[in-house]
Amino acid sequence: MNDNAVSGIDELRDAALDALQGAADLAALDRVRVQYLGKSGLLTAQLKSLGALPADQRPAAGQAINRAKAAVQQGIDARKAGLEQAALEQKLADDRIDVTLPGRGQRSGGLHPVTRTLQRIERLFQNAGFSIEEGPEVEDDYHNFEALNIPAHHPARAMHDTFYFDDGRLLRTHTSPVQIRVMESREPPLRIIAPGRVYRCDSDLTHTPMFHQVEGFLVDEQATFADLKGVLYDFLRNFFEQDDLKLRFRPSYFPFTEPSAEVDVQCVMCGGDGCRVCKQTGWLEVLGCGMIHPEVFRHVGIDSERYLGYAFGMGVERLAMLRYGVDDLRLYFENDLRFLAQFS
Amino acid sequence: MRFSEAWLREWVDPPIDTQQLVSQLSMSGLEVDAVEPAAAAFSGVVVGYVEALDAHPDAEKLRVCRVDVGEQAPLQIVCGAANVAAGMKVPVAMVGARLPGDFKIKRAKLRGVESLGMICSASELGLAESSDGIMVLPPESPLGEDLRAFMALDDQCIELDLTPDRGDCLSVAGVAREVGVLNRVNVRRSSAAAVAPASDARHAVEVRAESACPRYLCRVISGIDPGARTPLWMQERLRRGGERPISAVVDVTNYVLLELGQPLHAFDRDLLQGGIEVRMARAGEPLALLNGEEIALRDDTLVIADAARPVALAGIMGGSATAVGEDSVNILLESAFFAPTAITGKARSYGLHTESSHRFERGVDPALQEAAIERATALLLDIVGGQAGPIVSAASQAHLPQAPALALKRARISQVLGIEIGDEDVTDILGRLGMSLEAVDDGWRVTPPTSRFDILLEVDLIAEIGRIYGYDRIPVTHARSAAVTRAPLEMSFDLDRCRQLLVDRGYHEAVTYSFVAPELQSLVDPDSSPLCLANPLSAEMSAMRTTLWVGLLQAARQNLARQQMRVRLFESGLRFRRDGGDLHQEPMLAGLAVGPVQPEQWAEPGRAADFFDLKADLQALLGASASAAECRFEPASHAALHPGKSARILRGERTVGWAGTIHPALASKLDLPEQVQLFELMTSDLGSAPKPAFVQLSKYPSIRRDIAIVVDIGVAYAAVRGSIEAAAGEWLRDLVLFDVYVGDKIDSGRKSMALGLILQAPSQTLTDQEVESVVGGVLRRLEADCGAQLRS
Repeated sequence: MNDNAVSGIDELRDAALDALQGAADLAALDRVRVQYLGKSGLLTAQLKSLGALPADQRPAAGQAINRAKAAVQQGIDARKAGLEQAALEQKLADDRIDVTLPGRGQRSGGLHPVTRTLQRIERLFQNAGFSIEEGPEVEDDYHNFEALNIPAHHPARAMHDTFYFDDGRLLRTHTSPVQIRVMESREPPLRIIAPGRVYRCDSDLTHTPMFHQVEGFLVDEQATFADLKGVLYDFLRNFFEQDDLKLRFRPSYFPFTEPSAEVDVQCVMCGGDGCRVCKQTGWLEVLGCGMIHPEVFRHVGIDSERYLGYAFGMGVERLAMLRYGVDDLRLYFENDLRFLAQFS
Repeated sequence: MRFSEAWLREWVDPPIDTQQLVSQLSMSGLEVDAVEPAAAAFSGVVVGYVEALDAHPDAEKLRVCRVDVGEQAPLQIVCGAANVAAGMKVPVAMVGARLPGDFKIKRAKLRGVESLGMICSASELGLAESSDGIMVLPPESPLGEDLRAFMALDDQCIELDLTPDRGDCLSVAGVAREVGVLNRVNVRRSSAAAVAPASDARHAVEVRAESACPRYLCRVISGIDPGARTPLWMQERLRRGGERPISAVVDVTNYVLLELGQPLHAFDRDLLQGGIEVRMARAGEPLALLNGEEIALRDDTLVIADAARPVALAGIMGGSATAVGEDSVNILLESAFFAPTAITGKARSYGLHTESSHRFERGVDPALQEAAIERATALLLDIVGGQAGPIVSAASQAHLPQAPALALKRARISQVLGIEIGDEDVTDILGRLGMSLEAVDDGWRVTPPTSRFDILLEVDLIAEIGRIYGYDRIPVTHARSAAVTRAPLEMSFDLDRCRQLLVDRGYHEAVTYSFVAPELQSLVDPDSSPLCLANPLSAEMSAMRTTLWVGLLQAARQNLARQQMRVRLFESGLRFRRDGGDLHQEPMLAGLAVGPVQPEQWAEPGRAADFFDLKADLQALLGASASAAECRFEPASHAALHPGKSARILRGERTVGWAGTIHPALASKLDLPEQVQLFELMTSDLGSAPKPAFVQLSKYPSIRRDIAIVVDIGVAYAAVRGSIEAAAGEWLRDLVLFDVYVGDKIDSGRKSMALGLILQAPSQTLTDQEVESVVGGVLRRLEADCGAQLRS
């Protein structure tokens, strides 16, 4: 082969490189590959024609052809990678979505604020070792009043506007009867909370005829008023998520506890400065509590010399109001979705 | 209990201001409900004397008064009140005065006549709700003196919300005792020197119910001045204590009630027929009361009677026939101790509540009657004159409450309160409370004063120690308890989990009243007879719910009326069902869905939720709370549900709930759309599913074969599935129903179902032959059981 032959290969190579630069897609590129490097491609044909050259020229010509082939193959690979990248970019551009569109499918509802509050109360007391018990809502006079040291005509009954049935049964006015039922059926030590619905025959701006309470009590060989304070300090500070929340224990009266106290927390709305919610007093009444009265123990057959106990009770709607700022009690039972959805 | 602070301070005057006093009372258990000024703010009002009055030249109803206000010249004041008369002392608002409501008095001309001030009525001064004419001051009122100073109006009315045990504080003297203890200051002793009788007049008394009335004292006062007026200072104390002035005699009895806590009653002695009898009423005896009501007595009621008839409801209210009136001259004053048990509930049972019944129900100091009658006598003699006879007393020591001698153990104090308190502190506190103490080995023997009839047990003494020591000084401790914590079982019904599941599936939780309108309930649950309240707040809230659907349907209706398109609600709570004489209070979980299955959105066509959407929610619930495999849905009819779209949910053979689409007739009665889906589950029958038990995973591939069958339209899928499961045997790992078709591509009255059978063996790869044999068996069984044909 003479120099002409070699320069012919260079031209062939350059033509191939030009052609593959012009290939607009992978198919066109493959056609270029077949045209030059395929079985009957132009460069392949050059290799086949080596035999016609004098033996001494063959190595040089062969090397030239192989160099050209390699250059073309390299060009094809590079072009192919470029085209693939472009195709991918195009596909990605075509697949672009508006990620700001809303997600599809179901939307969550929500728990009632009373349940939400009850669940928090229950969990806080469960963490403190209390177990949950429930009781009937249609109660008898004995469990709702008598066994709690509220005999017939006791003035304390006037504090409970009671719904009655013709047979003398009634709707429980508090969750305290659960205390009696548990103590009747189990041996101390006991550490229980009893959440549930209660009823009073009263309806105005600040009263609904049905509301929720949580009763809690502990009976053990040791239990003091100071321990009761400990349990309630922990609970209220956790409930209001305020480690330095101030509490105030005021002497009060419940027939089923002695001594008895009402518990005020520093107003969580104004921090104690005085506002509409706390009626300018800086304090909010949230709980009633006391040491279980010996008469109550006598009714359930617990030895009040051996055992002591404390009990407390709270209104759930009131706590929910203070926590979430609801200012109208009646909203709790109207089940207006616009109200319920605020607690989702 | 409402009283004037100045009056209290006459009894006890600790060096603290009103604010401190109020907070001290509240913190000691006498909760202060309100503190109000004794009079609204006003200034520039003085005592005037009406010297003369003339007719107004141009106004018939106006009078031109010449009023001496202690200045050099009298003032000319035009007055419109009918009761103004020459010689009266009256309150005069001078020019420049400010009356309540920021009303300024200016020099004025009334119908052409100059007026230099205003003669005031009690209501214009904020001293009464309403007035009939101007306020007339007593003749001895000091001319020209500032009315606020003269009437001591810069005073506070303190209102206590007393707990029922503290009847001892239903008087100024009682509150004073408490304030004295709290401040370690002396309290004035009740000034009840005995009045020496000036006559022998006695009225016979016979007590025939000694346990109900252990002590009855009375005294005749003859020849009183019926025209005597209650002094202004007494009227004011009564007013500040929330009492209206009535007449001198009645005002004195009310005054002593407020001062000492002893209810008293005065009869017109000339209207009594014979001696007093304290006895139980005879059933049906009539009694006309002071408030104008006439009642028929029951025989459980203690009355004061004369020889002829009952004349008073003992401890509650006097009768009108023997009441002291404008011309009563001879009176009989009563001061009695009625046992609380004889009085409690009686006033209420006659629809009454009085200051007297309020005190007797809570208890009155059984040793107070004599002091009270002496005090009232002294006041009456001062105010209305007359001659007092001797006190006639009927008492039964055996029936009078005896102050108990209580054993107080030293150790018990710290056991209950959690404080270590020294003996000196114990004796100091109890001593200050008027208790007598006797030291014994392990503590004391304590006798409370007669006024503290609420102290009956050792623990009552401990409560008093804690109260006076100060609850806030009791430490905050954290004791360990031996009580065992009972955690819920893993597979027990978890209501919170179910609630959360429903919330996540788009439901909002509702809380509806447990009592509903009976008419509405009878539409939803016609076959039950609900338990009804004897004293409901209204008819709409009178029947205990037998199903939670009533409340949910009402809530849905209200929300739809508020333009909510999509309502999904659930509730948990008791239903109340009567079964013969038994009442079942069953915990339920119920739900309702109406409107689009999903909230309106851009990529899903809107579709109203139907039975199967609800069923998916329910199956998720059952899966979370029982074992979905144990539960099945059976076609069954329910009065509230569409007969073709309702199912009884069974767990084994037990009905655990209902689900379905509302009955169109009910929907139309309730004005609800027809696509309301409802469910209700008895949660006590859920839970306690078998806990998961691990099964080895198969290492061999599963094979799926799809079949399409055609069956009569009435053939239930449950039957098809049952046949397939029976025929396929243990290799059937899963069965998927992926299409149900009814339409013109198949015969009418028939439907097609497309099913995927997923087969897998635990210990081998299934061969084609084995698979074909299973599928063949399934098809033969389907044909035999369900009349199914392979769809061509």
